[in-house]
Amino acid sequence: MRRKKAKQRASGPAVTTVVVMRLYIANNAPNSRRAVANLEAICKEHLEDNFKLEIIDVLETPLRALADGILVTPSLTKVSPAPAARIVGNLSDKSSVLHALGIEESAE
Amino acid sequence: MKATNRAATQPLPKVATGIPGFDELSHGGLPRNRATLLEGGPGSGKTVFALQSLVNAARRRQEPGIFVAFEESSGQITANAASFDWGLPTLGRNKLFFLDAHLSPDVVHSGEFDLTGMLAMLKAKKEEIGAKWIVFDGIDVLLTLLQNPIAEMREIYRIRDWLADNEVNAAIITAKIDGDSSEIVNYGFLQFMADCVIRFERRLEHGVALHRLQITKYRGSDFVAGEFPVSFGPSGMEVDAPEPAEIQQVASSERVSSGIERLDTMLGGGLFRGSSTLITGVPGTSKTTLAGKFVEAACRRGERTLFVSFDEGAGRIARNLTSVGIHLKAHVGSGLLRMYSGRTETIGAEDQLVKLKALIREQRPRCMVIDPISAIAKSGGIAAARAVANRFIYLAKDEKITVMVTAINEGDQPETEATDLQISSIADTWIHLSYLIRSGERNRALTIIKSRGTWHSNQVRELVLSNAGPVLADVYTAGGEVLMGTLRWEKEGEEKAKTIQRRADFEHKRAELQVAEAETRARIRALEQDLNRQRAELAVYSSENEARIVSSSDREIELRRIRSADPSGRAATGIAPSRAKRRASVGSGNSGRKNKKEAHDAP
Repeated sequence: MRRKKAKQRASGPAVTTVVVMRLYIANNAPNSRRAVANLEAICKEHLEDNFKLEIIDVLETPLRALADGILVTPSLTKVSPAPAARIVGNLSDKSSVLHALGIEESAE
Repeated sequence: MKATNRAATQPLPKVATGIPGFDELSHGGLPRNRATLLEGGPGSGKTVFALQSLVNAARRRQEPGIFVAFEESSGQITANAASFDWGLPTLGRNKLFFLDAHLSPDVVHSGEFDLTGMLAMLKAKKEEIGAKWIVFDGIDVLLTLLQNPIAEMREIYRIRDWLADNEVNAAIITAKIDGDSSEIVNYGFLQFMADCVIRFERRLEHGVALHRLQITKYRGSDFVAGEFPVSFGPSGMEVDAPEPAEIQQVASSERVSSGIERLDTMLGGGLFRGSSTLITGVPGTSKTTLAGKFVEAACRRGERTLFVSFDEGAGRIARNLTSVGIHLKAHVGSGLLRMYSGRTETIGAEDQLVKLKALIREQRPRCMVIDPISAIAKSGGIAAARAVANRFIYLAKDEKITVMVTAINEGDQPETEATDLQISSIADTWIHLSYLIRSGERNRALTIIKSRGTWHSNQVRELVLSNAGPVLADVYTAGGEVLMGTLRWEKEGEEKAKTIQRRADFEHKRAELQVAEAETRARIRALEQDLNRQRAELAVYSSENEARIVSSSDREIELRRIRSADPSGRAATGIAPSRAKRRASVGSGNSGRKNKKEAHDAP
């Protein structure tokens, strides 16, 4: 019972918390382009303006991506709020992305 | 047209891996600037091969490398490699760069991804450190994450294109493949993409792991086909490449003592230097004693010697040999003799060979014993053990080591050895020891079954052990049976008694004959004396008789003179009757009667 309450409370301020993300892409590779489009749609629908997204082209700054621990593209990392999360793929599976980012689906 | 012609005439450029044996097998190493696929089940040695090649390149040729680890973390790999003397932690990251490409289980998958980014990063890193080698370890892990055969194919192409664009000395891709089955759908395509495919295998034979390597494909190059044993020593992986087909060993005519004088005689002067001798026999037939004697003799000649025994401690062997007059401890102390005792329970035959090679390198022996070589067949497969035994003997021959190996054969027929390690055909000399059980005794018999290039005795000898050492004794055959032990002793006694008897008989006979001769001589002398006496007697008698005749005629003449008788008339009548009377007395009856008639008629 208490957990449910807490959750309900959390969903309220979640809208105000800024989600910081980095998306690593490989220029205009098909999967990378798709990932950008998919992420933009998710953000528009669920986060409104409460997000900060940095798109990094691995082809341009490969050593930075290497230092960040990126392996494959496209890769999305959630920097904050904790816990950090990493998602690989073109983000076509929306529910798994939302789950990883810690966003409740509005339909529920 | 031009290109193909050139390819056919020019040898394919290759880069050496520095892995002992492999570069010989592949006639130079991996194809330069091409992809090589290492495939095999888990724990078959793919990663070791790849990493060892990288370390060798970095250390020996100052060629940096990149190792992309899809399956294990770089920490795990470094830890696994710590058992080898590569000094991996001391290699700088600019010499060997590890990329942890191990996808954490926490990573969420959402849709398709590709390797474009990773390859871009690798390109950057390669340019940064000037890498010449690259390894993709466990690419199957990555490809299965793609969950899509089309995506798999696409990414394999991507890697191929990357390799084409980014010149490296060698690219090694490893993939976990068990037998012919793989989780990678496009496994066939992966094979096609690679110019060289090396298959690794690890299989269990009788509870012991055996490692094998096989080059299954090498585009544009010839290679030694077939499966080759792989062993792991302190310096890493070693492939036991086949020795050159042609045997180029110098045959020595120098003889080396076997330690037993009589055995040397049986072998026509001893064993040849650098030859191999096989001693077979059931347990307890003193194989170790013979080997020990050989070792002792070698040490006495001042030759470095190696005594390898299995499943029995060196100290115990030395002690046991002391009881038969073979003293090895002093030679161990002086360093002339190295005794090594190995376990066979859990170590495969190939690892034993690696160990033996290391021992030979350390001790540099001129003579060597393995007792028993059949122990290497105890754990692991018989086929492997056979190959190892053969290779060991060839190795010893190459090193010009005079080697004596023992082999236990169950059963008493030497022919059963053939089912065991099959080294009897490559050994130069084969001595067989057996038991003969007769009259409640077990005696040891020694036979030389073969000895190449030399005369050898075909006689069975009895091996007699005493605290003065092993000696060989003649055996007797009586009624088609071989006599040994007590029977031999008895026979020997009998022979001795017979000789004595014969001598006594002879002496006796001679004495007898001498006596007889003396007797005869004595008789001759006595007879001669008789003869002389008789001769003398005869002479006396004859002279007496003559005298008497002379005197009687004289008397008659005298008498006649005295009577003054008519010499003619009286003489006629006077003499006639006396003559007739005398005739009658000496003549026969008839003549007597006739005489009487005459006498009657006369008047």
